[in-house]
Amino acid sequence: MNRKILRLILLVPLLLTLATGLGYAVLSLPEQPQYLHKRVIDNMAESGVSHPVTAVLLNFRGYDTLLEMVVLLLALLAVWSLDMPAPQHKTPHKTAPGLILDTLTRLLTPVLILVTAYLLWVGAHAPGGAFQAGSVLAASGVLLLLAGWRVSDKLTALLLRIVLVAGPSVFIIISVFTLLLEGQLLKYPPAQAGLFIVILETVATLSIGATLAALFLGVRPRKIELEKGSEKDSKKDRDKNRQHE
Amino acid sequence: MNPASFYALVGIGLFCLGLFGLIMNSHLLRKILAINIMGSGVFLVLVALAGRAENMPADPVPHAMVITGIVVAISATALALTLMLRVASETGHATLPDEVEK
Amino acid sequence: MQNAFIELPWAVALILLPLAGAMGCFLFPRISRTLGLMTSFSIVVSVVGLGWQLLEHGSYRHAVGGWGAPLGIELVADGLSLLMLTTTAIVGFAISVYSTTYFKPALAVRFWPIWMCLLAALNALFLSADIFNLYVTLELLGLSAVALTALTGSKEALSGAMRYLLATLLASLAYLLGVALLYHSFGSVDIAVLAQQMQAASPYASGAIWAALGLMAAGLMLKSAVFPLHFWLPPAHGSAPAPVSALLSALVVKASFYILLRLWFTLFEPLVNGEAINTLLGLLGCAAILWGSVQALRQTRLKLLIAYSTVAQIGYLFLVFPLAASMGSIAWNGVAYLIISHALAKSAMFLSAGNLLCFGGHDRIADLDRVVQRLPLTAAAFALAGVSIMGLPPSGGFIGKWLLLEAAIIQGRWDLVAVMILGGLLAAAYIFKVIGHTFTQAPVTHEAQSVSASMQWSALLLAIGAMLLGFLSLPVLSLLNISDITATSGVGL
Repeated sequence: MNRKILRLILLVPLLLTLATGLGYAVLSLPEQPQYLHKRVIDNMAESGVSHPVTAVLLNFRGYDTLLEMVVLLLALLAVWSLDMPAPQHKTPHKTAPGLILDTLTRLLTPVLILVTAYLLWVGAHAPGGAFQAGSVLAASGVLLLLAGWRVSDKLTALLLRIVLVAGPSVFIIISVFTLLLEGQLLKYPPAQAGLFIVILETVATLSIGATLAALFLGVRPRKIELEKGSEKDSKKDRDKNRQHE
Repeated sequence: MNPASFYALVGIGLFCLGLFGLIMNSHLLRKILAINIMGSGVFLVLVALAGRAENMPADPVPHAMVITGIVVAISATALALTLMLRVASETGHATLPDEVEK
Repeated sequence: MQNAFIELPWAVALILLPLAGAMGCFLFPRISRTLGLMTSFSIVVSVVGLGWQLLEHGSYRHAVGGWGAPLGIELVADGLSLLMLTTTAIVGFAISVYSTTYFKPALAVRFWPIWMCLLAALNALFLSADIFNLYVTLELLGLSAVALTALTGSKEALSGAMRYLLATLLASLAYLLGVALLYHSFGSVDIAVLAQQMQAASPYASGAIWAALGLMAAGLMLKSAVFPLHFWLPPAHGSAPAPVSALLSALVVKASFYILLRLWFTLFEPLVNGEAINTLLGLLGCAAILWGSVQALRQTRLKLLIAYSTVAQIGYLFLVFPLAASMGSIAWNGVAYLIISHALAKSAMFLSAGNLLCFGGHDRIADLDRVVQRLPLTAAAFALAGVSIMGLPPSGGFIGKWLLLEAAIIQGRWDLVAVMILGGLLAAAYIFKVIGHTFTQAPVTHEAQSVSASMQWSALLLAIGAMLLGFLSLPVLSLLNISDITATSGVGL
């Protein structure tokens, strides 16, 4: 208890100073900032979309978007590598969902998928786009998972991995393509820029939705373990490795 | 002080509150929540200041940066939560080893 | 043919190849080992190509998307980034070779995709010239590093990884807040553009700019584990699997230090040149050297000893701030040399520790049972790496420390000279402590398991590399000084 009070006494004045300093910093920013806005507007005609944020996200700073999609996939890789021992996920259909959850899921899922498609399409000229649509798709996925639905085992191995990887992979393929074509990474030919962006966003939406829903579930589908020998063997290996470290 | 600066100050406040929560709390879930609050604070600063010129539309570049930042924050939170669950299942406490509550 | 080879976009390849490798390893886990090894080798080839390109044409700039700064993102390769990329490629390849036999299949399928992502993050980081892009690469790097640290699933590894994750997220957020303040002060996130604006604005630097400096420096220092922000490093590096500890100590902590160097000497240069803040950082460096070395001496487990040694060596790196007036000065060269030699030597040490662990099933220093006779290659690797860490000639570590000492003596900083010499003595103490135990017989002889040849040789070759650096100072330093001709401040000598 004493240690906590000591920490409190030291911490509060430090944080107050920090807050004051940062607040002063924010207030001392120049009133008329130099905007990139004008540059974005000027170049938007060549970018293939007519919404400034989408243009920045998928064209002008598309490289950041590529890396961020890899970050999302990496989070899933990391969560799967942590191998949650989750007994409740082994028998997903043991308890039926309640009536409200069940009905709501059945009603909402088609609506959410439609909203996903809408958000994806409207991103070209209004707020929307791949990430927003992907999040809504993931939300419908989470709802389904909560209601007890699971993807059948046949599909969880290679097909699931392909869907997850599709977004970043298509981005990489387009990068290589533009590199070979125009000599510069991610330089879309102005006439086809819109087409590239639509393809990219569609695949990305599917990937993002699948990745976020899989992150929610948190457990690696068992089928993948079984591809590398039996489950018993891999558990033995894990215990042996644990003894080493 | 225009509204944009006010929101930016709120963002700074969230950042500092989050930092306080991160250091003072020993339960891992609260630490993760604190990190999220700090993240929200930083995003608020980015976005609020983007709209501070009164007669021009908002600057789209910080908006795109915040979208990227949100995705990164989701990824980090997912990893942190899973790691916390593993720590809890291995050690029995959802805390870091030197902060186990008596 | 030669011309065509040079003109290929090697810098872009360095980023795309490991990303593609990561996707491939994830999609096809059965061949992930081969795929990972091939990708790692292709990175070495690409770095050679890039080096050749830089020697022919000077520093390299690539505007991603065809949009130059400030609208788009630019990739920049100059001497310093080339050296960091080369180190990453070589150490990365050695670690990949080591990992082909180190990990059992169940862990290996998880290791390879994440390791490829980490390599991509490192390459993207060293090539980036945009502070927000650096934030995204830092996050990619941090999350992959945490995932690899927790790979074994042991209690210590998980707690160490959790602490590492919280520290790295806190650091990234502080850095991002700094980026926010800089963007809203100047309207760009490109380093070259910002540097120009900063030159113009520095006499009347607003509070926002100082706040940005403080936040970004604090975040990067936390990621680089400099005293007193090093608390997360020993548990994480000490309990990760051996190849992961190697890549963490050799490459990951250097990445954030690299960003700090870049920002300090190009972007914030008008602000911090000659200011007291350099002395503060030097003081922290000294504290790190002494504290880390003393703690290393007290350890009973080999991997924790090596981890604390990393804390100490990072202290040496922070001496660049009081000693180097600009890029290209003696201290700057010394620190760059130290970064590379430490990367080679420390990874060799951790890989040797991994061999010992595999061999005896434990890493207690006192029980290292006649390792010299039973694992001669590993003992040699550890000893050679130790020579570089101690800073004895002929080794890369010696050249780095010699340059730093020279800079300190020229500037009359006898306090720093004393600290460096003391640090060297302490390093000798803990290295010899370990080597001594490898010669002696333990009270209880342990069951030995065989260690594969690739594991032993990769450790040894890295250590030999650290020694070879002692002879290559002229070519390495000339590569280092390929400077960025479009940067406005701190160029050349």
